[in-house]
Amino acid sequence: MSDLENLLKVDNLKKHFQIDRHRTLKAVDEVSFTIRKGEVLGLVGESGCGKTTVGRLLLHLLAPTAGQVYFDGTDLYALSSDEMRRIRRRMQIIFQDPYSSLNPRMTIGSILTFPMKVQGLHAGRELQRAVYLLDRVGLDKSAINRYPHEFSGGQLQRVGIARTLTVEPDFIVADEPVSALDVSIQSQVLNLFKELQEEFHLTCLFISHDLSVVEFISDRIAVLYMGKIAEIAPADVLFQSCRHPYTESLFSAILQPDPELEQSKPPFTLTGEITSPINPPAGCRFYSRCPKRMDVCRDNAPPMIEVGADHGVACWLYDPAQGG
Amino acid sequence: MNQTEPTAPILKVSGLRTYFFTGEGVTKAVDGVDFEVHRGEVLGIVGESGCGKSVTALSILRLVANPPGRIVDGAVHFQGRDLLQLSDREMRAVRGKKISMVFQDPLASLNPVLRVGYQLAEVFRYHLGLDRVKSLAESVKMLRATEIPSPAERVRNYPHEMSGGMRQRAMIAMALACQPALMIADEPTTALDVTVQAQVLKLMKEICRARDTAMILITHDMGVIANMCKRVAVMYAGRVVEYADVFTLFKQPAHPYTEGLLKSLPRLGAKANRLESIEGQPPMLNNLPPGCAYGPRCRYVQDRCRQEAPPLTEVKPGHEVRCYFPLSAVSG
Repeated sequence: MSDLENLLKVDNLKKHFQIDRHRTLKAVDEVSFTIRKGEVLGLVGESGCGKTTVGRLLLHLLAPTAGQVYFDGTDLYALSSDEMRRIRRRMQIIFQDPYSSLNPRMTIGSILTFPMKVQGLHAGRELQRAVYLLDRVGLDKSAINRYPHEFSGGQLQRVGIARTLTVEPDFIVADEPVSALDVSIQSQVLNLFKELQEEFHLTCLFISHDLSVVEFISDRIAVLYMGKIAEIAPADVLFQSCRHPYTESLFSAILQPDPELEQSKPPFTLTGEITSPINPPAGCRFYSRCPKRMDVCRDNAPPMIEVGADHGVACWLYDPAQGG
Repeated sequence: MNQTEPTAPILKVSGLRTYFFTGEGVTKAVDGVDFEVHRGEVLGIVGESGCGKSVTALSILRLVANPPGRIVDGAVHFQGRDLLQLSDREMRAVRGKKISMVFQDPLASLNPVLRVGYQLAEVFRYHLGLDRVKSLAESVKMLRATEIPSPAERVRNYPHEMSGGMRQRAMIAMALACQPALMIADEPTTALDVTVQAQVLKLMKEICRARDTAMILITHDMGVIANMCKRVAVMYAGRVVEYADVFTLFKQPAHPYTEGLLKSLPRLGAKANRLESIEGQPPMLNNLPPGCAYGPRCRYVQDRCRQEAPPLTEVKPGHEVRCYFPLSAVSG
């Protein structure tokens, strides 16, 4: 795959938080992946696995401990803050909670025109563009003069989506954009997001803890466990033949809206909870819970092993030297 | 699946109405809720935020803050008595002993400055009159029953020293301490990660079955309902709109809202290009539309629905729906 196809290339990214002299929280540890132009990469994992930290590192909202992020060939961490601000026009983020990510004292109109003014886009026609985008996300143009508290969560998330589109970005990080919404509203927003992603040819990192949501929206999916990618594969491949024991557990934990399936399936077997990312063990992070652990896993972190086209698994089970 | 219930229900809620009287008018949080729970069975109450499912649970235990809330009508029959008619003192002997409750957020429902063991032992001291030593021994037993590792040490933990999953296990231990006939669990696993949720649900199912405790499980998650429940009440805008056994509900939903809810879920392995969705949003409970509350969002709405609210009617034995034009009749 040539670098031209990749809009984003993440190389050996690390973010460690030093808690005190003896304790290091490894929120993101040696994470590498690429996102192709126009592709949606889903990032799933449980709370505290580092999903949000990855998203923030990609936009340089957080400084990394080590590693590189290349956006359209540019090394983001080598840019000056001025250059970074200019390139941010092309990189936007949608947050989980629309109530706290929209300024309660600004009207929807100013919320939408502000980013254009900062970036000097659509000068003199900011309001027209705002009205156009409001219409595009399914809101009435009368919203322009209203304040965030006058809207419901689903409507505000539409405003949040419209705001990211004001500056015509190429890349969007969507951090749990529908998890605060009710089921019937969630599907409306997911449909809208998908339509807009296709219409504006957006490249996207879609962060969620909900595998069914991620499957719906993503082309490829990366599964994160305690700061490391456990498995990465095209969405359909992952759902048909996931390989990592953690991914397998994650799938078997999902409760599907089908009582015949649910009430006849074997009981869930995984025990224990996600361990602390503070001073994590040297070996595989999933070692203590893994039903298929081997001796090698305790002290040696598994490398990412190609098991198929575009399909990588960080697990010793698939290492040819281990007989996998 | 249509076998008749052999036993009388242990809990029968009828015509329950709980309103909140505020400066902005009357909010009809619960406005006509009827259901039954049978011995040892799991009843699911499902609905979106603000549909009244939690207020229903609080009303059963008479925990609604008054003012502004008040149970204005209805009856809650439990073991032959109407809980709404009991004195406060009688009610205190029911709460935690015969009917217990597990809340969504264990951190908010445990006292942060008391050891978990002390809080658990309090149940035995208060309801069963056990002394300090005996009640602590019973607490260790309960923690062991909820599969908390090294329970004898864990009783000395403060809530913040436990993980979220462990705290919820401790809450379940507390709820089941007196072998209640009924446990009400309000979104017990919503704050937990999926793999921990699966563990806790499995535990709840097994432990309730072993102790013959019935459960009302309140959730917004259709997957949890499918996994856990025998019968389900779907709530919308303060009312039960459909009431059926779980298999019928998922296979042949009769209310357009239930159908819409089920269709709007992204399903694993069924790669869809678009999700079906319900247009619009739930109504404000202090400003309900005339007629059917779901009418403005309903794709099958007719004139009659806009004028008068439909009653809950039986479409088949054991399957009730609050709709003039239930779907089985429409689609045949």
